[in-house]
Amino acid sequence: MSRAALLVLADGRFPAGGHAHSGGAEAAVAAGRITDAATLEAFCRGRLHTAGLVAAGLAAAAAGGCDPLALDDAADARTPVPALRTVARKLGRQMMRAARATWPSPELDALAAARPKGAHQPVVLGLAARSAGLAPEDAAYAVVYETVSGPATAVVRLLSLDPFDATAVLARLASDLDGVVAEAVAAAEHVPREGIGALPARSAPLLDITAQQHAAWPVRLFAS
Amino acid sequence: MTLAPPPIASAGTAAPAAVPPAAARQLRATARIAAVAAPSGASRLPVLDGAGPLALRRLASHDGAARVCVVGAMSAPVGGDRLRIEAAAGPGSDLRVTAAAATLALPGHHPGTARYDVALDVADGARLDWLPEPLITAAGSDLIQTTTVDLAASARLVLREEQVLGRAGEDTGRLTARLTVRRAGRVLLDQETAYGPGVPGWDTAAVLAGHRAVGQLLVVDPAYEEEPVPVRVLAAPDGAGEAVVTPLAGPAALVTAVAPDALAVRRLLDAAAIPTGW
Repeated sequence: MSRAALLVLADGRFPAGGHAHSGGAEAAVAAGRITDAATLEAFCRGRLHTAGLVAAGLAAAAAGGCDPLALDDAADARTPVPALRTVARKLGRQMMRAARATWPSPELDALAAARPKGAHQPVVLGLAARSAGLAPEDAAYAVVYETVSGPATAVVRLLSLDPFDATAVLARLASDLDGVVAEAVAAAEHVPREGIGALPARSAPLLDITAQQHAAWPVRLFAS
Repeated sequence: MTLAPPPIASAGTAAPAAVPPAAARQLRATARIAAVAAPSGASRLPVLDGAGPLALRRLASHDGAARVCVVGAMSAPVGGDRLRIEAAAGPGSDLRVTAAAATLALPGHHPGTARYDVALDVADGARLDWLPEPLITAAGSDLIQTTTVDLAASARLVLREEQVLGRAGEDTGRLTARLTVRRAGRVLLDQETAYGPGVPGWDTAAVLAGHRAVGQLLVVDPAYEEEPVPVRVLAAPDGAGEAVVTPLAGPAALVTAVAPDALAVRRLLDAAAIPTGW
């Protein structure tokens, strides 16, 4: 395995379409809930320990060799709003295209064939990490970093927040990222013995509600 | 169930009273409800076993459904308690369960996480309404709640959950609540909410944004397989809370609501008025 592969996978320029999504930040800015670096940090921390933990668990399990179709069903059960299921599958399809070109593998081919409209993005990312020879922990790190870097980058554009301040927010979240990765990886290790129910299912009511509100906006800067 | 006696007061005794082990002071109680469809078509309750603070009352019914009210006879759960309710609706039966009052999670006299487990089972052709009153997490309380529902393929369910974080003007205790709904062997919904002291990120713009009451109303009906419920966004007229009605990835509709208080959450859930096929 190559640690450099993780940098390729987690690079914001990896062509998997993530840049078009704010992770709920656009709706939070419009509602006046993100106004500066401090409120961005709080938002990111909340997203990280809920949606981020769930996504990291799914990715770690996929990277560890759990059945990706069962994980895809588990992702559906953990995503009660259709706006977020649609986004996750769309991003999953884009991630699949990039991953198959970058780290071709029969496992990616099989998932692409079984879910032609796209599997949930964290599942595809986990399988891409596996194809790249990376470990479950690596996949979880890629996911949690994306969970907070997406909103931070979006808020730089939405609020004209100083990019230095936004990057400092990400740095301050580092120990939270470590903690969530550890929790996600530990949960994924229980899946072979206890089943998919061992994976985290932490939800954020407002992320669900506002994602569905945002999807109905006639004009928006970000797709989600 | 086992209801341990209170610690014996040491006043008037020469020797200091032995402190009972923590386990002996904790409450363990399992209440059971089972409904079956009688040949007449009306549903009966062959099992109605209350336990500890979970007293059960049979209510009059005019439409053939079996009706039960859970009466909270004590303030529970408190630290270290383990309470459980099991309800089963047998094939073709119709069971409606409500509660007389809110459930109040309290800190108790000794530290420890309390558990409150609800296990629901709905057989083919049966319907279960599980409509308790809100769970209120008093300051200092620490509760893990699980609600596990097993539905047969043609079963129908109406389930409401409301969580109120702290009594009026009070900080919240800690609550972790997991709701898992399986239908015909497949997981339809798996969600965990966690709020309160020691839970990172719970009181943020991504999760609650200062709201102190959360509610969900879940309706499962095979009829939604053909015609899923349309997405609707609901806002309280006075700005006190917001909600969405969404179809799950399966024949079910879910209302998710957040609001400043219990009353506002209930209003949002009621406003959703999900059409049911029965």
